[in-house]
Amino acid sequence: MTAYLLRRTAFLVVSLFLAAVVLFLLLRLIPGDPANALLSVGASPDQVAAARHLIGTDRPLPEQFVSWLGEMSRLDLGSSFVSTLPVGPEIAARLVVTVPLTLLAFLLAVVIAVPVGFLAAYRAGTWYGSVLSALSQLGIAVPVFWVGMLLITVFSLHLGVLPAGGFPQDDWADPGDALTSLTLPVVTVALVMSASLIRYVRSATLDVLGSDYLRTARALGSSFIGAMWRHGLRNAVVPVVSILGIELATTFLGAVVVESVFALPGLGGMLVKGFAQHDYPVIQGILVVSTFTVLLIGFAADLVQRLIDPRLRRSLGGNLSGDGA
Amino acid sequence: MTAGRRVPRSATLVAGCVLAGLVLAVAVVSFFWLPFPPDDTSGDRLMPPGLPHLLGTDKLGRDLLTQLMIGARVALEAGAGSVLIGGLVGLTGGLAAGFATRWLDDTISALLDILIAFPTVLLAMLVTAAREASLGSAVIAIGLAMSAIVARLTRVLVKRVLAQDFITASRTSGTSWPRVVVEHVLPNIWPTLSVNLALQFGLAVLAEASLSYLGLGAPPPNASWGRMLQEAQASVFIAPAGVIAPGVLLVVLVVGVNLIADGVRDVADPTRRRTR
Repeated sequence: MTAYLLRRTAFLVVSLFLAAVVLFLLLRLIPGDPANALLSVGASPDQVAAARHLIGTDRPLPEQFVSWLGEMSRLDLGSSFVSTLPVGPEIAARLVVTVPLTLLAFLLAVVIAVPVGFLAAYRAGTWYGSVLSALSQLGIAVPVFWVGMLLITVFSLHLGVLPAGGFPQDDWADPGDALTSLTLPVVTVALVMSASLIRYVRSATLDVLGSDYLRTARALGSSFIGAMWRHGLRNAVVPVVSILGIELATTFLGAVVVESVFALPGLGGMLVKGFAQHDYPVIQGILVVSTFTVLLIGFAADLVQRLIDPRLRRSLGGNLSGDGA
Repeated sequence: MTAGRRVPRSATLVAGCVLAGLVLAVAVVSFFWLPFPPDDTSGDRLMPPGLPHLLGTDKLGRDLLTQLMIGARVALEAGAGSVLIGGLVGLTGGLAAGFATRWLDDTISALLDILIAFPTVLLAMLVTAAREASLGSAVIAIGLAMSAIVARLTRVLVKRVLAQDFITASRTSGTSWPRVVVEHVLPNIWPTLSVNLALQFGLAVLAEASLSYLGLGAPPPNASWGRMLQEAQASVFIAPAGVIAPGVLLVVLVVGVNLIADGVRDVADPTRRRTR
């Protein structure tokens, strides 16, 4: 386990570094001078040079990269060109919306998907087993923003029970208010996410239900629930955990779209605005934060998977970037 | 495998073909006939469904059915273009990694993991910023994001095939590596790969719709379903058809393609048949 931990951590560090390089280069590849964002139309060459010097784009690329890495290691993500406010605190303020949205939606999706997926597998031959499978088939084909629009139509416009969008100015000062405005976005994301989760839970459960060890346990006199608890659950949960990691990351990033539907002041809205205004530090900061988050979630999911599955632990080192990651 | 089992399985395939075929037919018809010219704003604004505008009009007075039909074209182009890019780049990369030495393989795998961690929507924003907001930019971004997933799958499949005895036998009897790839590797990985590409097609259609919804897809003359939805969102109370119709078609297309994938998997890849 220690050897694996070391290897996996080394891999994480390399990944983070490479991701930083890729982000840095991609943003530099974008045509157009970021300095223009600072200047009005018809600025003199001197002004352009001054602006470039101010934001440091007149220096050679490797030098820019090193100083950028240095700033990042001090958690300094630079300042917005447009508002001149530091990007880091702004992102932190936005996370107050995005992180609860992601986590609540994730929890709700798991709460929906685990029992439904289990039932769909356990009752695979029956009509409601088929209905559950068909519903999840439908769910993975629905665009998340459309679900949001439909929910707004029903619950905000027709029934008028929940707000159609927005978030309290004072954030979580009144948790009830904040939760009310997050209800529809959370349900939207959770519905779409649970659809794909249900399929994984269903197939993992089917594998377990058809397994020899479960039959043996039953033959030795375990009750069905006892056998599922002792043997079934532990086996079914392994593939599901690796999927959960990916799904959590997807939800976090799907926030871009969902936050637009509900006009939530989260990371997604900030990013869309950053692109519209060519505000490079903002774009760069958000991309760094989200890519790093996704990589860290993957790291955590791998470790959890190792902890719960001794078979993976035995193959020391193992395949780092293997099939399931 | 009993005969009784086979019937519902091919039913999946047929249902998928019918649903996806419906959208394909609409797209094909749109090339020859449209109810109204795409930029005809002669209708009243936000008309309800009726005659002559079967589905009503949007907030600029354009015929919704016309836009919907063009949208079918855009959706299929987005799916096909992304799968083409993602499939070609991914297959090449995956084959390279599958054949590469340990060191190169590890490097490629690590790069793929990072690329996969990089979300499609963010990649698309970068490509859009580098080029312009267009269907082409969206397709390139979705295709590139997809290629990492395809490459990783290809790599695993290739490794699995290369470990088989018949490859060693084929090599010992003097077959060159390129011929091994064409004669043994590709036919063996194709069933699983094609199913995955079909699923990726559906995901690409959804991704394009999301990008268009955010204003990063095809610009106005091309009616993408995602952009239609975004434009109709504000007037959902007065003209619900604008919100319902494009969404329903999106779901029909993606469900259809996913069903085809499921059906093909059951027919073409007997090892994945699930017994219970």
